[in-house]
Amino acid sequence: MATASLSTQHDDGHHDDHNYLNCNKSILSWVFTLDHKRIGLMYLIGVTAAFALGGVMALALRAELWTPGETYIKHDTYNHLFTLHGAVMTFLFIIPSVPGSLGNFVLPLMLGAKDVAFPRMNLGSFYLWLVGAAFFLIALLTYQLDTGWTFYTPYSTNTSTSSVIAATMGVFILGFSSIFTGLNFIVTIHTMRPPGMTWFRMPLFLWALYATSIIQVLATPVIGITLLMLAAEKYLGLGIFDPKLGGDPVLYQHFFWFYSHPAVYIMILPAMGIISELMSTFSRKPIFGYRFIAYSSLAIALLGFLVWGHHMFTSGQSPLMITVFSILTFSVSIPSAIKVFNWLATMYKGSISLATPMCYALSFLFLFTIGGLTGLFLGTLATDIHLHDTYFVVAHFHYVMMGGTLIAFLGGVYYWWPKFTGKMYNEFAGQFGCLLVFVAFNLTFFPQFIMGSRGMPRRYYNYLPEYEIFHKISTVGAFLLGLGLFIAGMTLVWSLFKGRKAPANPWGAATLEWTCTSPPIHHNFEHTPSVADPYALHEWVYVSEEEGYVKKSTSDTEHSSEPASV
Amino acid sequence: MFKETLSKWVGMPESASTFSGYVDGVYAFILVLCLVCFAGIVITMVGFMVKYYRGDGRQPEPSPSHNTTLEVTWSVIPSFLVLILFALGFAGYEDMRTTPPNSYEILVSAKMWNWDFTYKDGQKSGITNELHIPVGEPVRLVMSSQDVIHSLYVPAFRAKQDVVPGRFTEMWFQSDKPGTYNLFCAEYCGTKHSDMITKVVVEERETFDPWVSDVCDIIKACGGDLLCAGEKLYQQRGCAQCHSLDGKKLTGPTFQGSFGTERKLVGGRSQLMDGNYIIDSIENPMKDIVEGYEPKMPSFAGQFTMEEKTALVEFIKSYGSAGSTTDSQ
Repeated sequence: MATASLSTQHDDGHHDDHNYLNCNKSILSWVFTLDHKRIGLMYLIGVTAAFALGGVMALALRAELWTPGETYIKHDTYNHLFTLHGAVMTFLFIIPSVPGSLGNFVLPLMLGAKDVAFPRMNLGSFYLWLVGAAFFLIALLTYQLDTGWTFYTPYSTNTSTSSVIAATMGVFILGFSSIFTGLNFIVTIHTMRPPGMTWFRMPLFLWALYATSIIQVLATPVIGITLLMLAAEKYLGLGIFDPKLGGDPVLYQHFFWFYSHPAVYIMILPAMGIISELMSTFSRKPIFGYRFIAYSSLAIALLGFLVWGHHMFTSGQSPLMITVFSILTFSVSIPSAIKVFNWLATMYKGSISLATPMCYALSFLFLFTIGGLTGLFLGTLATDIHLHDTYFVVAHFHYVMMGGTLIAFLGGVYYWWPKFTGKMYNEFAGQFGCLLVFVAFNLTFFPQFIMGSRGMPRRYYNYLPEYEIFHKISTVGAFLLGLGLFIAGMTLVWSLFKGRKAPANPWGAATLEWTCTSPPIHHNFEHTPSVADPYALHEWVYVSEEEGYVKKSTSDTEHSSEPASV
Repeated sequence: MFKETLSKWVGMPESASTFSGYVDGVYAFILVLCLVCFAGIVITMVGFMVKYYRGDGRQPEPSPSHNTTLEVTWSVIPSFLVLILFALGFAGYEDMRTTPPNSYEILVSAKMWNWDFTYKDGQKSGITNELHIPVGEPVRLVMSSQDVIHSLYVPAFRAKQDVVPGRFTEMWFQSDKPGTYNLFCAEYCGTKHSDMITKVVVEERETFDPWVSDVCDIIKACGGDLLCAGEKLYQQRGCAQCHSLDGKKLTGPTFQGSFGTERKLVGGRSQLMDGNYIIDSIENPMKDIVEGYEPKMPSFAGQFTMEEKTALVEFIKSYGSAGSTTDSQ
């Protein structure tokens, strides 16, 4: 092992073991750190814990559904569990996952900057997430909420309004944490781009984070307004949502989805940003149709605000509104389709590596396409009436949220892992984990499409025997999926102890984060890096002594065997 | 025949309403469209993976980094396709939401966790837990909820509509196919949401009309037999959901061996379970809560005639009184 000689070109004179992880080892240096990389890492640990929690609940639910009737838990336990599963996964995991962990870590590095614009606010965002998570879980557990993650009134306010106020409060605190992250990213991207990095020379991951941040800042306050109205109803007796006071329970759904639908795009946009990076890097090709991808991120962010009503096609809102929401819903499918086509075109004539991150990116393409296409059945009014609130919807959003966001998140974690930790994971174990996750995912959720179109309603503890076979397949799939994810996670943990040391640029990507050491030093860069085309991959060549890629110096450009991309 | 084959082929349940065929047609159209797109994307992806695999040290070939014509094409074509889908969906939706005049009207009242369907027979009316509709006639459901949001869903009819407290919602359908179909609650409504299932029976007028008149006069339907009427009321009006006859503890206390016993109430009082107590509990269920139970029963005030209440009391009495069996409470 040539570990000792693996110092990288941009790190001349620096000792290898001096980096952001070990520059100060005291506990307090972590607790009060303002370093975006450490905050990103803490977020990564936090959201992974939340995911594990939500995942164990999912397995508990699937186990109960093995047979109709009681398998091993009671009605109420089941209802608490699916409420917790949905709420934990949505608010504690998916929403903060990519921006909080990967975004925080990568964004300043991609800008060649030392940190985000407001490092203190960044730390504040993490602690708000922590406090929000604790508050939310305590609220859900003390009030024994069994409303589903949507907290629809009047069921949620039936026994006590305090429960739904507490849960919404939890969502609001968590929402503020994402406002802080969003605000930070917007300001950082606006003000801290290095000279020469124009808007259209930003890596697409930054475009995606930028679009996400806009939604975070604009949509999250709505949950605060909802909270205020719930409180006004409870303490001032104003009839807003409660039919007993003359309110309208459907209004709550409007408010809930006015936040939560844009939140769906908070979840998927950063994932799309990751995929844009992975597709380009592992095809060794500049991304195809950069501007279309960048604009489509913004289009999704804006259109995402106009489609919340499609969650309420059967709720009794006026047919005119339903019609308008249906057509707007279709409009949001176009930018997503554009992205898929552009990613495919990026692979054309490339040199495709099947390293683990790319395996996840390809899985994403497959699963997200299914998730997106099945959305067409739900946007179409005639078929949505039948499919609404069935397992078809459950399968659809798991394909988008899990097959999309989670898979992209895993791809991103594997991709930036060498940069995060300075260690390379075992490639075969990584690929194997990805394959198992991919197969098991389809085994879990594809049968749910079938039983959904056959009429199986969601949130059913008990079900008719005709759906049993689909539930059984799904449950088997779920446990395999759990195993696959466990292997994927363990591969990374294992690398911390046994992994070989990572080079500065193991993948040959051309974005700036790969020009600093792995892991980066406390201040990220020794010298402000010079800004080039983020997808000028041909400028990086593989050097086997480094076990990674090194930027060609201008003198040997002429010896290049790699043709420059147009 | 074609309609049924289509429904089966696309994996939809039995198709039994006038608009279910249309819905399945749209479903099949979208499915084919999706399969074509999906196959195109996945074949391209796998093809590229194989053809441009890096294994042999292959280098990327020069290719354009954008192509506006191509990109505009693949933005515009999907836009047209989704417009078609919107139009197809809208046409079907309009049909579902436009109730034909002179539809047969049934009142629906949803409560945790059962359905009440009110039928009218001249001056009389009656309530049952099972939805019966005449074949070949449009039926209009006028729905309200007594507690939380529910949603009436008949998969075979491809029909679904939320039932919202504080207002009426409406839906209609027509079935030309006699038979029995599932009716689900599709909007989560608490503990026994998944047990809020009943049947829709589509039948000819010659069996439907007598059934309606029986529903509207249970006592008469039983030929004046109070026990029989009591049992029917117990089954049809939702008592059975929460009160067992075999001593099992459900949401409410069992009826087995309960009559004439001294009930311990929440708050330390106790009360003799006699006819008056039963009637009082039907009308005003929140007043006297038996110890160990949650106050969950909805009020049935004004829903039973005195004769029907008597029948219920007789029925409960027939399931044993104090001393005859052990009361689970």
